Amino acid sequence: MIIRGKVHKFGNDINTDDIIAAKYLNTTDAKELGKHCMETIDSDFIQKVSKGNIIVGGKNFGCGSSREHAPIAIKGCGISLVIAKSFARIFFRNSVNIGLPILELKDEGKINEGDELEVDLTKGKVRNLIQNKIYESQAFAEFMQELIQSGGLMKWIRRKHNTK
Amino acid sequence: MDYTITEKILLSHTDKKSIRPGEFIWAKIDFSLGNDITAPIAIEQFEKYGAKKVFDNKRIALIPDHFTPAKDIKSANQVKRLKDFACRYRIKHYYEVGRMGIEHALLPELGLVKPGDLVIGADSHTCTYGALGAFSTGVGSTDLAAAWITGHCWLRVPESIKFIYKGKLPKWVSGKDLILYTILDIGVDGALYKAMEFGGSAIRQLSMDDRFAMCNMAIEAGGKSGIIEPDKTTFEYVKKRRDYKAKFRNLKSDKNARYSETREYDVSRLEPQVACPHLPSNVKPVSKLKNVKIDQVFIGSCTNGRISDLRIAARILKGKKVNSRVRAIIIPATQKIYLDAIKEGLLQIFVKAGGVVSTPTCGPCLGGHAGILAEGEVALATTNRNFVGRMGSPKSFVYLSNPAVAAASAIAGKIIHPGEIV
Repeated sequence: MIIRGKVHKFGNDINTDDIIAAKYLNTTDAKELGKHCMETIDSDFIQKVSKGNIIVGGKNFGCGSSREHAPIAIKGCGISLVIAKSFARIFFRNSVNIGLPILELKDEGKINEGDELEVDLTKGKVRNLIQNKIYESQAFAEFMQELIQSGGLMKWIRRKHNTK
Repeated sequence: MDYTITEKILLSHTDKKSIRPGEFIWAKIDFSLGNDITAPIAIEQFEKYGAKKVFDNKRIALIPDHFTPAKDIKSANQVKRLKDFACRYRIKHYYEVGRMGIEHALLPELGLVKPGDLVIGADSHTCTYGALGAFSTGVGSTDLAAAWITGHCWLRVPESIKFIYKGKLPKWVSGKDLILYTILDIGVDGALYKAMEFGGSAIRQLSMDDRFAMCNMAIEAGGKSGIIEPDKTTFEYVKKRRDYKAKFRNLKSDKNARYSETREYDVSRLEPQVACPHLPSNVKPVSKLKNVKIDQVFIGSCTNGRISDLRIAARILKGKKVNSRVRAIIIPATQKIYLDAIKEGLLQIFVKAGGVVSTPTCGPCLGGHAGILAEGEVALATTNRNFVGRMGSPKSFVYLSNPAVAAASAIAGKIIHPGEIV
């Protein structure tokens, strides 16, 4: 799967309150949540984002609460992929479980705001079209790849366990 | 093969003969929980899947604690979805307002978690039950839906970090201070994906309430779980609440268990600690904070809303007045704690001092309701997170401390050491 999009850059330790503030957690609607994505730390974010854009964060992206509303809000505002140096564990599993593409990349610091990336998710290859550079991402564990390829946790358990 | 307590518990919940860190397992769960924020998404996933029944209606808790008593219509609708689901699938542990408490105080209080259990919850502070010697971790709503259907959860076996605390705790220093000091030491991602095992002579002296407060904040260091080997204190607590027969012969880490790291602290000269805006790792000893004026004190939450927290706050506030510029909000974490606090005369002390007492709720901790901060306001809270905008305006400031520091500071109108008041 190839994803191509413009970069919105964030720093280290972006927490789930930054991604979607608790005051909006009285809904589960993806579009509604998407309207308030990153509002706390960048009130213009939602005006700047267009469909297919990519978020690039530093270490420990998505730390804090277990709210699945965080990856849902990111997906809901049109973001196609989140790249970070590392992810907080609940955000990581939520993203994989709901099928939001994520990538761990130790070279994330070399990417700038506004860069255009072309990402081959299967190969884990990130091409920076502005800087004309290629970065290699860390490969996911086999089990994670299985989950991702199934299209998320619910599809995986249907295939694997066929329980109803 | 020698195992850590975490590895032992995880292994016992699989069909495997052995286990190692990094491995993915499909683990059988003993108990699961969701709340009014996370369970609605789980219910949607459950229904979308077309599931017709839950794996075990006695192993699921649905606790409407975050935005309750419902703060607005949307929140009321979410709570109603929990209630409807609970009725439809005969969920035993659904607790309506009036019987409800903050989930991580309520479940142990009801004896729903025991040593050696594997618990998952769609709430990051599910790691609290590690204080009982359980493996307990926060997951997402989709994980919860999958668990309701299959009774299982996928987990990556974590490496463990061993934290050893030695020495006698000084006056006014609590489990909260130990964990804040630890987060200062290792940072907000210092235990990312790992189990934090707390031990040493100082831990053995801690009450269960203090142990809950410590394990509660393992997530604030990125930890997958926090855990304390069960001892006499643990078993006394559990046996008071349920029939308990040990499943494990020896629920302790083996002598040659492997750790990714071991850290030791001498706590005998530790001061109360305060986490400054805007990260739980931005920790300073209370004496280093000079003239930090506050607008609100909040004593409560799944971290520090238990009876011993209220007792120490009442001891400080007794016969004193909350500073005229400060709002002091006190929220007992469960109905039982609320009732005990009434019986012991603690609530009377708070109200006489000019504080306000609310029914159990997570409320202000996550900026839900019942104590939201205005632009430029400063709060000192006994909660667990001080991220930008956590308790209200993105232009407000949250400091975190133990209940003694919070109570003393409410009187002073600025952050101070309790020793200065008492």
